[in-house]
Amino acid sequence: MTALSLETFGAGKSFGDFRALEDVSIQVAAGTVHALLGENGAGKSTLVKGLIGYSPLDQGRILLDGIEHAISSPRDAHALGIGMVYQHFTVAPGLTVAENLLLARGHLPWGISWVKERATLDAFMNTMPFRLALGSTVSGLSAGEKQKLELLKQLYLEHRFLILDEPTSVLTPQESEEVLGLVRDLAHRSELTVLMITHKFKEVMSFADEVTVLRKGKLVGHTKVEHTNPDELAKWMMGETRIAAAPKTRSPVKDKAPIGLEILRLCVASDRGTTAVNELSLKVRRGEIVGVAGISGNGQKELIEALLGQRRFLSGKISVNGVPYRATRNEMLQQKVFSLPEEPLHNACIAGMSVAENMALRNFDSPEMRRPGWRINRTAIRIRAQKLIAAFNVSPAFPDRPIGTLSGGNVQRAVLARELAEFATVLIAANPVFGLDFSAVSDIQARILAAREQGTAVLLVSEDLDELLELADTVLVMTNGRIVYAVDARSADRTTIGRYMGGHASSPRASLGGMVQHDDA
Amino acid sequence: MLNEVVPSAFDFGSLALALFAGAIRIGTPFLFVSLGECLTEKAGRVNLGLEGILVCGAMTGYAVSLQTGSPWIGVLGAGISGLVLGAFHGLVCSLRGVNDIAFGIALMVFGTGLAFYLGTPYIQPQAPTLPAFALGDWSTNSQLRNALEINVLFLVGVVLAGLLHWGMASTRWGLVLRLVGDHAETARALGYRLIPVRVTATAAGGFLAAVGGAYLSLYYPGSWNEGLSSGQGLMAVALVIFARWRPWRCLFAALLFGAAGALGPALQSLGITSGYYLFNAAPYVLTLVIMVITCRPDRTISGAPGELSLTR
Repeated sequence: MTALSLETFGAGKSFGDFRALEDVSIQVAAGTVHALLGENGAGKSTLVKGLIGYSPLDQGRILLDGIEHAISSPRDAHALGIGMVYQHFTVAPGLTVAENLLLARGHLPWGISWVKERATLDAFMNTMPFRLALGSTVSGLSAGEKQKLELLKQLYLEHRFLILDEPTSVLTPQESEEVLGLVRDLAHRSELTVLMITHKFKEVMSFADEVTVLRKGKLVGHTKVEHTNPDELAKWMMGETRIAAAPKTRSPVKDKAPIGLEILRLCVASDRGTTAVNELSLKVRRGEIVGVAGISGNGQKELIEALLGQRRFLSGKISVNGVPYRATRNEMLQQKVFSLPEEPLHNACIAGMSVAENMALRNFDSPEMRRPGWRINRTAIRIRAQKLIAAFNVSPAFPDRPIGTLSGGNVQRAVLARELAEFATVLIAANPVFGLDFSAVSDIQARILAAREQGTAVLLVSEDLDELLELADTVLVMTNGRIVYAVDARSADRTTIGRYMGGHASSPRASLGGMVQHDDA
Repeated sequence: MLNEVVPSAFDFGSLALALFAGAIRIGTPFLFVSLGECLTEKAGRVNLGLEGILVCGAMTGYAVSLQTGSPWIGVLGAGISGLVLGAFHGLVCSLRGVNDIAFGIALMVFGTGLAFYLGTPYIQPQAPTLPAFALGDWSTNSQLRNALEINVLFLVGVVLAGLLHWGMASTRWGLVLRLVGDHAETARALGYRLIPVRVTATAAGGFLAAVGGAYLSLYYPGSWNEGLSSGQGLMAVALVIFARWRPWRCLFAALLFGAAGALGPALQSLGITSGYYLFNAAPYVLTLVIMVITCRPDRTISGAPGELSLTR
C-alpha cells in the first residue's frame, strides 16, 4: 500500500442560495497527516462529504496523485482508495469484530467458510500495528477499541487516503493519543494519507504535519504545523474580533455557603439492567459549579435522568437545600431546580409545539398564566415568551414558530430562557453546548457563570474536559458509575484526570483493552 | 388411601405424554410463525400482521388442497399467499413515516377479514390433509402411539430452525440481514441497501407464518373455520423475545408454548374438568408473564436487534 496525495481546485458547493463552500483549494501531500480546522458551519463537513462522494461538489476539480477524477458516490471514492471514519461509530454493535470486517469488505460468497475467513483475518491482523480479538462482540469494546476497529476496517479495505471526522470526540486523552499516534505512524510509513477534521488545537499541534483552516465556507489559511501556533490558528478560525473575550473574573466559593444539591449513595440501573450509577455521592454548594468529567457511557446519562425525574433510582438519597427530593414537578417548582439537559429537542422541548408553549412548560398552570378557572391564558404565555426571547437573544424572534425549526443554539437559548427565567437554586446541566456554534457556546457558558454568581448550585456534566476546566470550581471524574477523583479546577492536571477517566488510575489494566503493540520491524 | 395414590401416579405419566404430544402438535404453528417473526425482526422490523397472514394461509392452504387434491401444494399455496402479504407489509413500511407496528395491526385485521370473506365456501367440504410419521407403532400403548405420531411439517420446521441458525452466522445473506437489523447507519455507510433486505425478510417471514396457518387447517385441527387461530401470530412476538432472537431457541420456545396450549385439553382428557377454560388460557398467561418479565420501560433486552422499534 502506498499513500495517495489529494488536491482540490476551486471546490464549491451551494445549498439553495447558501454558499456552504466557495473556491477552496487544498493540497494534501502523500504520507502526511493534514488537519482541517474550522468552527461548526465553516464548511469542513461539506468539503469532506464532497471528497467521499456523499454529497458531490458543485464546482471544482479533485486530483489524486496528480490525476483528475470525478467522485459522485461513496462507491467511486472507495474504488479510488478513499475512505472515511465518521464521527459516530459506523460499526454494528451486535455483531463481532470479524463479522464487521467481513461486511465492510463486501463481495462475500453466499456461504461463509469461517475457518478460511478467520485465517485470512488473522493474517491481516498480524500485519497491523495493533490488534483486536476477532471473536468479541463490538458492543463490549471500549470507545478506543471501537475507533481502532474503524481504522482496521479502513486498512482492511486498503484505503490509502483516510478522512477522519473528529476521531477523538468520544475517547479519553490517553486513548486519543494512542489512536492518533498510530495514525501518524502509518502515514509516516507512507501507507496512508490522512485528512483529519478536528477542533482541538492540541491534536493539530502534536499529530498533524500541515493544517488548513476554513471559515464560513472559505479557505483562510494553510501552513505547516511547525510554522504556526495555537493563537494564530484561533485567529484564523474565529476571526480577529471574536477572540478578545473579556477575562472571566469570579468570586471564590464561600466555605459557609449552604449546600444546594446533595446526593448520597445513589444507585441507578441502566437500560440493560446493569448498575449504571453505583453508590455515587456528591455535594454542590450554592454559588459553586461542580463539573463531572468522564467518558460517555460511564453512568452520566443515568445520573442526569435520575436527577431530572426521567429514570427511577434504586436506592440512595437526593436532597435539595436540605429537603429530600424525588424529582417530581412540584418539588422542582418549590425548590427551584432547573435543568439544561443534552439534546434539548429530545429531553427538554416538544419539537412540534411553539417556542412560546415550550417556554411555558414549567409554569403554564401557575395562576398568572391562567384565566379564571382551568383555562390557559395564551396571551400571557405569548407576552412572557416575547420578553424571554428578547432577554436571551433567541433568533428568529417569533414566539409562534415550532421550536423544532430553530437552530440547535437557539433551541438551547430558548430552554435556557425558560430554566433561568427566575432565580434557580440548583441548575443541572449535561453537555449544554454540545454541537453548538461559537457564539451560542460563549452565550450559554456566560449565563451559567452568571447563575453561579447569583448563588445557584450548578452541577455540570460534560464530555469536554476543556469546558469543565474553564467553568467549574471543582472537577469530579466519574468512571463506572462512581466518582473516582475530585480536584480543584484551578490546580487540576489534565493527564491525571485523563488517567482516572480511563479507569487506569484505580484499576490498572495490563494493556489498553487487550491491545498488542508492535514495534516497527 | 392406596386407592387415591395409584391413579394420581398414573395420571402424571399420561399428563406428561399428553403434554409432549401437545407440545409438538400445538407447537408446530408457533414454530413456523416465530421463525417468520424472528426473520422479520432480525432485519429490524416488527410484523404484527403475521396473525392475519396465518389465518389467510390457513384458508388458502385448505382451499388449494381441496382444489388440487394435494395437501403439499396447499402448503405451497399458503406460503405464496403469505409471501405476498409479507412483501406488502415490507413495502408499505418502507414508505416514509409509516409505522411498522400500526401497519401490522391493520394487516392483521385485513388478512383475517380477507380469509373469512374468501373462505366461506370452504367451511363444509373436507380437504385432503397432511401426513404424519407413526413413530410409535412398536408400542402397544395407544397413548404412546398417539404421542409419537409426528407430523411431517414439524420435522420440516426443526430442520428449518437449524438451517436459519446456521444461515444467520455463516452466509452472506445472514450477515447482511443482521447488519441491517442491528445498525442501519453502518449498513448505509457500507453501501448495503436496507429496503430490499427488509422487504425480503418480511416476505420470507410471511411465507413461514402462512405455512404455520396451513398446518392448522391441513393437520391439526385439520379443517377450515373462522375460529381456527387462537392468536398464535401475536403470541409469536412474545415468543421471539423469549427466544432472544435465536432461531434454534425459537424451537424450544414453540414447544413450551405448545405444551402450555395442551394443558387444558390434557387435563380434561384425564377427567379434570373444573377450571377447563382457565387451563386453556395457559399460553396467554405465559405470554403475559414473559412480557412482564422481559419488557420493562427502563431497560432494553439483551440480544435485541438494534433497529427494532419494539425494544427501543
